[in-house]
Amino acid sequence: MAYSDKVIDHYEHPRNVGSLDKNDDSVGTGLVGAPACGDVMKLQIKVDAEGIIEDAKFKTFGCGSAIASSSLVTEWVKGKSVDEASTIKNTEIAEHLALPPVKIHCSVLAEDAIKAAVADYKAKRDDDDKIEAAE
Amino acid sequence: MDDMPETAALTTRADAGPAGAPRNRKAPVYLDYQATTPTDPRVVEAMLPYFTEKFGNPHSRNHAYGWESEEAVETARSQVADIIGADPREVIFTSGATESNNLALKGVARFYKDRKNHVVTCVTEHKCVLDSCRHLEQEGFDVTYLPVRQDGLIDLDQLREAITDKTVIVSIMAVNNEIGVIQPIKEIGAICRERKVFFHTDAAQAVGKIPLDVDEMNIDLLSISGHKIYGPKGIGALYVRRRPRVRLAALITGGGQERGMRSGTLPTPLCVGLGAACAIAKAEMGAEAERLRMLRDRFYEGIVERLPEVYVNGDLEQRIPGNLNISFAYVEGEGLMMGIKELAVSSGSACTSASLEPSYVLRALGVDEELAHTSLRIGLGRFTTEDEVDYAVEKIAGEVERLRQMSPLWEMAQEGIDLKSIEWAEH
Repeated sequence: MAYSDKVIDHYEHPRNVGSLDKNDDSVGTGLVGAPACGDVMKLQIKVDAEGIIEDAKFKTFGCGSAIASSSLVTEWVKGKSVDEASTIKNTEIAEHLALPPVKIHCSVLAEDAIKAAVADYKAKRDDDDKIEAAE
Repeated sequence: MDDMPETAALTTRADAGPAGAPRNRKAPVYLDYQATTPTDPRVVEAMLPYFTEKFGNPHSRNHAYGWESEEAVETARSQVADIIGADPREVIFTSGATESNNLALKGVARFYKDRKNHVVTCVTEHKCVLDSCRHLEQEGFDVTYLPVRQDGLIDLDQLREAITDKTVIVSIMAVNNEIGVIQPIKEIGAICRERKVFFHTDAAQAVGKIPLDVDEMNIDLLSISGHKIYGPKGIGALYVRRRPRVRLAALITGGGQERGMRSGTLPTPLCVGLGAACAIAKAEMGAEAERLRMLRDRFYEGIVERLPEVYVNGDLEQRIPGNLNISFAYVEGEGLMMGIKELAVSSGSACTSASLEPSYVLRALGVDEELAHTSLRIGLGRFTTEDEVDYAVEKIAGEVERLRQMSPLWEMAQEGIDLKSIEWAEH
């Protein structure tokens, strides 16, 4: 299969590979996919006091398109608010990377990863709010 | 060299030089010899005259052009017969192993359909055997698909139990194309002969790599491929036993060539090529097997020295020396292949790697789906060198290390998290 130049670039020079402290309250972690399906993405976002994503890291088990999709979204979410980040659509990812039809699921997974990371972050916030309210 | 007839015009390996090795420095190192092989230059040399000055129709009985071609075809037939211990009259030429397998299964089943209606095969067979069986099922035949054990081999007791009074043929491949394991052909042949059932074996990956003898192994039909044994593409053969006689309904009818079992003008240059390829493979089999085993051990030792958590799929002993199928845990195979573009290897089988499903062969061995997604098939062959093996080890180990650093599964495993304890969202 011929990969697009953008996929190859992200595969060979992935941006923001790594991990953030998942126990940090300002970090949201999304883990999506399944090993049995051949794709697992972990996307983490670190959110500042104003609700802006200041850092993002990923690790991905999968094909080149899956690695490229997750690498790309770490670039895209940085500087966005968590709500803005949640509006990123898989179609934009697929279009940017020129993914062939059989690889569209990689972009879907990347979108799911963002949503899962945001949901995790918000759940932590809610817990904190509740704790603060109780205090 | 006495057993190599003149038409093969063979030269020694040293004379042949390094042909077949990547000529272009930028071409990837070829490590996919189970997919196909380069035609040996000695084979090409033997074929060439039959494209031009010796172009006669081997079935023309009236002039020297025909006789010359016929003689070449018959010499080739002897060479093919010779590598499996058969009589030349028992060998018919086909377009390749896919046709041979189709003809063996459909031909035999249809010929005997008034008396018998049951076929026994195995879940790890090549797609062309499995698909022929599906077609037979649609025609009303019953098919038993034997499972394989974790080592990739069938259980002989299960074979014995599967055979009934209605069984017409048992088809079990000699060597698996993905994992290279060698089935107990002699034992299977003995069981089939005792139960008076025909035994067909798809030997596309076995011919020229392991000794085969149709009498000693009680094989009734055997499929051969040209391009898997350094011969040309587009030619194969089917061995069909004469005593006790195996009969089959032809798939291709016409002028009645090949004893009526396969009509059509024989492609003389391709037949000559297959014959020459068999002669060379037979003469060099022992030394070549030893050389390939050394290279394979070198490759495997190099990999396990560098990388933890690599698993060989299929039995390592009951296996042809030129094959390794390895799972690199926590690194997805297709992603890995992208990082080793300097190597031509296979992820899963070439026939199925267009789909996203993991290999059905690995699944049949009981390999976990996640590990099946991490496998590479490494095929070493006649033109593989020690330098290429070392280069491949370096490339693969380096890329697996890089991708593991990028893998969330590797990270979790290092943290001691049991991946099976996680509820994954299957998509």
